[in-house]
Amino acid sequence: MNQDSFIAVDGVWKSFDTHSVLRGISLNVAAHSATVLIGASGSGKSTLLRCINALETVDAGSIVVNSELDVTAFSADLDAIRRRIGIVFQSFNLFPHMKVLENITLGPTRVLKKSKKESIATAMELLTRFGLEAKALDYPDRLSGGQAQRVAIVRALAMEPEIMLFDEITSSLDPMLVGEVLDSVRELRSGGLTIVMATHEMSFAKEIADQVCFLRDGVVWESGTAAEVFEAPQRAETKNFLHRVN
Amino acid sequence: MNAPVPGADMVFVDPLRQERSRKKARRDALIGIASLLGFVILILLLIGRSSGWETVQKTFFNGDQFVESFPGLLQAFWLNVRIFLIAEPLILIIGLLVALARTLKSPIFLPIRVLATLYVDIFRGVPTILIIFLLGFGMPALQLTGVPSDAIFWGTAALVLSYGAYVAEVFRAGIGSVHPSQTMASRSLGLSSFQTNRFVVLPQAVRNVTPPLLNDFISLQKDTALVAVLGPIEVLRRAQIDTSSNFNYTPYVGAALIFIALTIPMTRFADWIQVRSARKKRAGGAA
Repeated sequence: MNQDSFIAVDGVWKSFDTHSVLRGISLNVAAHSATVLIGASGSGKSTLLRCINALETVDAGSIVVNSELDVTAFSADLDAIRRRIGIVFQSFNLFPHMKVLENITLGPTRVLKKSKKESIATAMELLTRFGLEAKALDYPDRLSGGQAQRVAIVRALAMEPEIMLFDEITSSLDPMLVGEVLDSVRELRSGGLTIVMATHEMSFAKEIADQVCFLRDGVVWESGTAAEVFEAPQRAETKNFLHRVN
Repeated sequence: MNAPVPGADMVFVDPLRQERSRKKARRDALIGIASLLGFVILILLLIGRSSGWETVQKTFFNGDQFVESFPGLLQAFWLNVRIFLIAEPLILIIGLLVALARTLKSPIFLPIRVLATLYVDIFRGVPTILIIFLLGFGMPALQLTGVPSDAIFWGTAALVLSYGAYVAEVFRAGIGSVHPSQTMASRSLGLSSFQTNRFVVLPQAVRNVTPPLLNDFISLQKDTALVAVLGPIEVLRRAQIDTSSNFNYTPYVGAALIFIALTIPMTRFADWIQVRSARKKRAGGAA
């Protein structure tokens, strides 16, 4: 296995009922890099992300973070894993009964056991960084889709994760609002966070990815740098997919 | 005439159309009132012309009897109110605990889950009045030391157990109505299963089932009268006693009016809550 890989996914299988979504997938993610997963719907992108932060258990194979944290071990402390790995979903999943600020401070106060004062200070700092400070005391139903998704990003960031997973975070947004959310990801990328992102935004993938993985039938069909995969794809299916989405 | 240029924050309605729709609204209101009045008069005529009306009026709507019995009925009703006030919080606690017990997944909790399911099956399956009979006559008969033999105690306990089973199911439906993605989001932040329930799922679940819960409260207010079968002199029992000593049924009507006076405001309140939560849900569609 690759020595300098921060996240090492090795031969992971996952099926739902009789349908195998992941079929022995392997991939390595370097620390402080951005990996973009592309591929048709149902190719296994979301499932892989959910396995990485243990929201799904795997059927076979292993996922090891930083050569020390085995996400897939039977004895794994799942809450501890999720503390270190943040995830943002396609459908925001903000808590509708809590104000924006409460959404963000819930994790830090209850899981990290930070004081209320400290959590609020951190939350306000993050909200300001993403241009959302005016929304702190609003309920989620007062936010636009783009604002809601940025709040979801801030909520995950407030836990100070080492890795951020983005699961098609712009797919349910009005096209006009995609830009502001991608700007937030760009900002995190420049901050040196390790990022794994499933997306259909090919131009954005080209721009930020250190590594692009094309998933098909539950395996990495082709991977390489953005230039390699987008400009000179080696396999016919990759070419075909890129041709269809462009 | 130049039409005003529409701005984003202005509303413009043609004054002629406005006048016309105002007129229509007034006419509709008048027709509605006239129709209602006509209907009421028709009903009263029909009842008044029936051959038995005079007897019914004397035995059910007797003014003197009403005035005589009403203070006693009100006083007896205070017992219904006390039963309700004690039972309701206990019902909420039992209902919530049982609903939570039924959502436990770990195999070690199997006994708790089975007990909770059994409890709901049994107490929801047996008529409330039968539970009152069984507990009210059965428990004191056991003559266990330390167990009260008071009829009010066992009547209230029976109501609590019976309604607890219903309310448990209401809470369970509420928990089920919170989308699984909420749990996933909470767990992804590292919150434990318990914390997820406490901070994310339950607050939303309770909000979702407030209207049906209020409905059960209203039902409970009326069912406090069932305790009468054990003997305590609450409002129904009082009315029964008055009725049989005077051979006049007016106290029953008085008791009914007292219940209505309490349940109608409660019903309107439940309606209001329901409308408000429906509106909130529509507004919160994006979240």
